[in-house]
Amino acid sequence: MLEVTGLRVAYGGIQAVRGITFHINQGEMVALIGANGAGKTSTLKALSRLLDISGGSVRYCGKELSILPPHQLVSEGIAMVPEGRGVFPRMSIIENLQMGAYVRRDKDGIDADREHVFTLFPRLKERAHQLAGTLSGGEQQMLAIGRALMCRPKLLLLDEPSMGLAPLMVQKIFEVVRAVADKGMTVLLVEQNAKLALEVSQRGYVMESGEITLTDESARLLANPKVREAYLGE
Amino acid sequence: MDIFIQQIINGLILGSIYALVALGYTMVYGIMGLINFAHGEVVMIGAMVALSVIKLLENSGLPVFLLLLFGLAAAALVCMAVGFTIERIAYRPLRRAPRLAPLITAIGVSIVLQNLAMLIWGRNYHAFPPILPTTSMTIFGATITSLQVAIVLIAALMMIGLMILINRTRLGRAMRATSENPSIAQLMGVNINQIISFTFVIGSALAAVAGLMVSANYSIAHYYMGFMLGLKAFTAAVLGGIGNIAGAMLGGILLGLIESLGAGYIGDLTGGFLGSHYQDIFAFFVLIGVLVFRPSGLIGEKVSERA
Repeated sequence: MLEVTGLRVAYGGIQAVRGITFHINQGEMVALIGANGAGKTSTLKALSRLLDISGGSVRYCGKELSILPPHQLVSEGIAMVPEGRGVFPRMSIIENLQMGAYVRRDKDGIDADREHVFTLFPRLKERAHQLAGTLSGGEQQMLAIGRALMCRPKLLLLDEPSMGLAPLMVQKIFEVVRAVADKGMTVLLVEQNAKLALEVSQRGYVMESGEITLTDESARLLANPKVREAYLGE
Repeated sequence: MDIFIQQIINGLILGSIYALVALGYTMVYGIMGLINFAHGEVVMIGAMVALSVIKLLENSGLPVFLLLLFGLAAAALVCMAVGFTIERIAYRPLRRAPRLAPLITAIGVSIVLQNLAMLIWGRNYHAFPPILPTTSMTIFGATITSLQVAIVLIAALMMIGLMILINRTRLGRAMRATSENPSIAQLMGVNINQIISFTFVIGSALAAVAGLMVSANYSIAHYYMGFMLGLKAFTAAVLGGIGNIAGAMLGGILLGLIESLGAGYIGDLTGGFLGSHYQDIFAFFVLIGVLVFRPSGLIGEKVSERA
């Protein structure tokens, strides 16, 4: 479904991603793990075109993504939950969800999907008219995920969904992510919490200093002594 | 007491016009953090175009209402085109430039537009054709003409319309989202360039309306009129809290009231030392006062470092 070949991302003169190659199959949940500053978030931001791609190709369902205007990615079925959630703080929950469905015109479908998001995250329904900026971090993360789901994506890009959240909240969020993936959505999960990411995903890539150094099935990465030592703190 | 009520009414009329212009400043600022100093010139162009069209059709026998409508339509079209073009050629190439660059460009655009207007319409004052009804009514001893009633009503209607557009429609939501966080709005599928163009076009249409109102109310138009008007509307936007739509409306009305009350009483206050032709100083006292004591404005939320 997604074929990334030789992807490069640079900030000024500094290369954050040095020509990485990976792929995601339809219906798969793939984890991209690595330490802080390894280039995971830069990779994701390049895929969603928040950052300019400085080299390489990104093919999605046979189409080259790097030449598409950034705002058209949603219409292609790619949604992203950005690092730090990125909800619109001065809009209500409802309005944030409406923004998620911005490119859609089918009112009935949108309403149905909003109800679906509310069943995934009942907390959001209770506060539907509250401004997003007044929500807790966990609630904002729920909203960011719900908002991404509102465009009925085929590919969901998740950037550090566990960041800064209490363990119980992380668990809740990952349950939903798992449930969404089980229904057939393709997910690329970027996480610093390697254990969590490898537990929910089928395959994983390990990034180090802008390069992919290791890839395998998630279960085998979890058992890999190198991974255990470097990322699981053993 | 008569003077007081008269000055309140004058202030409301002036304030409605300031508010319409201030909205243009504040909308652009809210969406791209830019002070579009050329906005006052767009108002001037609106006034000039409306006046020219009305003069042209003056003897055609059309009813006054239609004359004004045609003048307004022409002014709105030209202003929208000017606003769209300014953004395209002057500001868009500088989207990622250091923040001082677009500010200087804005001043440059303002000078270019002023000189263009001078080339087209000359340096003379243009009198508004005497087509307007001179009927007036008296409220508590103060006089208000039917034109002035229309100005206040139309301004109010336009502001209500704008509020509905911004708070209740999909487009308005996209504008607010872009103003809060352009890259995230883009992730949602919003075409940022389109939204920015649209913001300029809407602001320019409001400016065209304001331009016609000013020239009709004072019966005069001039290539230089946009400068002072623009500065005052900018002051109104800052007073209300720049970037804040409701703030621009409030700031505009308040500034109008302050100015006209100030002008009405400045003679008494200074024992006749300063006369009502000093009315302009009030706007700038307000500007300095706001910047010193409450830079975020009356209902602004935060001061952006770009201001």
